[in-house]
Amino acid sequence: MFILKYIKEVFSGLKSLAVGLRRTLYYFSHHKEIITQQYPDNRDTLVFPDRFKGEVVMVHDDNNEHACTGCTACELACPNATIKIITKFDITPEGKKKKAIDKFVYHLELCTMCNLCVVACPTDAIKMAQTFEHSVFNRAELTKVLNKPDSKIREGVE
Amino acid sequence: MVIAGIAVITLFALLGLVLVLMERRVAAWIQIRLGPNRVGPGGMLQSLADTLKLLVKEGMTPDGADKFLFNLAPFIAMMVAMLLMAPIAFASDFQLWNLNIGVLYVTAISSLMVISILMAGWASNNKYSLMGAMRSGAQIVSYELSAGLSIMSIVVLSGSLNLNEIILSQADGWWIFKGHIPVVIAFIIFIIAVTAETNRAPFDLAEAESELTAGFHTEYSGMKFALFFLAEYINVFIVCAIGATLFLGGWMPFHIGHWQAFNHVMDFIPSSIWFFGKTFFLIFLIMWFRWTFPRLRIDQLLDLEWKYLLPISMFNVLLITLMAILGWHF
Repeated sequence: MFILKYIKEVFSGLKSLAVGLRRTLYYFSHHKEIITQQYPDNRDTLVFPDRFKGEVVMVHDDNNEHACTGCTACELACPNATIKIITKFDITPEGKKKKAIDKFVYHLELCTMCNLCVVACPTDAIKMAQTFEHSVFNRAELTKVLNKPDSKIREGVE
Repeated sequence: MVIAGIAVITLFALLGLVLVLMERRVAAWIQIRLGPNRVGPGGMLQSLADTLKLLVKEGMTPDGADKFLFNLAPFIAMMVAMLLMAPIAFASDFQLWNLNIGVLYVTAISSLMVISILMAGWASNNKYSLMGAMRSGAQIVSYELSAGLSIMSIVVLSGSLNLNEIILSQADGWWIFKGHIPVVIAFIIFIIAVTAETNRAPFDLAEAESELTAGFHTEYSGMKFALFFLAEYINVFIVCAIGATLFLGGWMPFHIGHWQAFNHVMDFIPSSIWFFGKTFFLIFLIMWFRWTFPRLRIDQLLDLEWKYLLPISMFNVLLITLMAILGWHF
């Protein structure tokens, strides 16, 4: 009967509105749920989610050693040519020539933080850092060399 | 009398500031944000700063507009809002104009609001403005019916059109308690209808930020825009004040039957606090609706009125009339 359907419709409509009102009243009265970050004021205490991706950095240990073999897997994985690896040949003590990186050039201004280079790296030499205040006055400052001066590859990383 | 008039006009300006701030705070808290918190202590001076900004902005008149009507429209909106302030009883002995047809006066004058909106939309010479104005016309004309019928139910119960007498008839209990479920239904219909009449979300088709930019006030800037903005908030205050007067007893304190001690304690709270407390509760209710419900399409809006609110409120008025005749209320 249509009159029953009509009444049922009115009541189910009112019920769904009440559900919405209850949820918003909960948020209205529970201020601990507020997610606003008062950014420049709380710069020292900012906490980021684990998966926040700010820029690519190369991991160096205390002996100024990194794990990059210069395999260029990251350069090939990069969709917009953000990474350029310049290689050189080191002479090992046995007199053999061995490929190593000279410069790991990273163009921050082209990077979209897609994380593909970090996934592609076989030796976990690079990772995403959680820095984010990247504004500079000179564009050239955005082109970075990621391996530190005089750093060398860690023993045993192939 | 002059002092009272000046006090009401001051209240007018003050209400605009308070309600804008309240709206922004309520919106922020409902959306898990902080809201304005930089200007003054706790963001209290935010709306004052906004007013200052609007005052120094240029009030542009577009080339193709009908200049006279374009500049007249915001003042009509303002005047309608001011006229509506006259018969409202703010406290037990403070009413600017105690006329014997107060309810009729309020419903008649509040429908003049649509003239200023249509005028603004037409004179702007802009398709979006005209569309917003036309929608607003359709909306106000249809929702006035159910608002009128739910107001009628209280008139039937109290037997008077005089706002002061309606308040006095609630001395032994507010109508929403005395009138059982039919009055609760009338109250719900009244709140829905006045939300639509004041063009607030979820019925904000006249403004419709997403599809009509800003509807009828697209072309307005500076203080002329501010007048529309102020008139909207004053209208919200007025319909909530009328709702509080009719259903929640106006300035009448909360009394429970024969609990003498409790009733005496309630009488100690000043009547103006009772009135503003009830009014602001209703304003909060309308703001709460705005930030909870999704917006309606124009056909859904008219469906809601003609298929649901109007039949229900017609049936409801009959029921309440029967109740009043047979004396079923307390």
